Amino acid sequence: MTIANFLLAAAAFVLVMVAIGLARILYGPADVDRILSVQLLGSGGVAVLLLLSVAVTLPPIMDVALMLGLLATFVSVAFLRKATDSSTASDRATENQ
Amino acid sequence: MRLALDIITVVLVSAGGFFFLAGTIGLLRFPDTLTRLHALTKVDNLGLGLIVFGLLPQVESRIDALKLISIWLLVQMSGAIVSQLIAEATRRSGRQT
Repeated sequence: MTIANFLLAAAAFVLVMVAIGLARILYGPADVDRILSVQLLGSGGVAVLLLLSVAVTLPPIMDVALMLGLLATFVSVAFLRKATDSSTASDRATENQ
Repeated sequence: MRLALDIITVVLVSAGGFFFLAGTIGLLRFPDTLTRLHALTKVDNLGLGLIVFGLLPQVESRIDALKLISIWLLVQMSGAIVSQLIAEATRRSGRQT
């Protein structure tokens, strides 16, 4: 078993783990729990792409991993800013009543 | 020498894969959002970190090695920011489900 095969197997393993973790999106229960699962998809996706990049010796895939890591951050930050903003707005509404 | 580097890769990437396994189980089995966040940060920091350090002996050029480390640092920073935001959103929602 060459090292490239081992890295491909590791990539497949990480991918399966991330896919199982996505079940948390179905079961929730809060939206924050779903974001946790998306965050796992982000870092797991970066790991899979890096493993693939080294396994098939195709360095440009590393750039794809970089973009995925960057975009996964923006998704979570955008979503959570919206979530916290709306909850502070409702806090203010209850205080005014 | 080649064999020693390959062994380092196999050990570190396997350890990283183990953390992905642990993180997925934690994300699915832990009872509330904050404990799930704890499981997720282990994946972000240790899982991806060990995989990146396991890949370092396999890349040919120094630039690619530097890129691997930068990607890991980016995901590390993103994980730190997002985990703070998730904890804040959980605290504000006041529901620990």
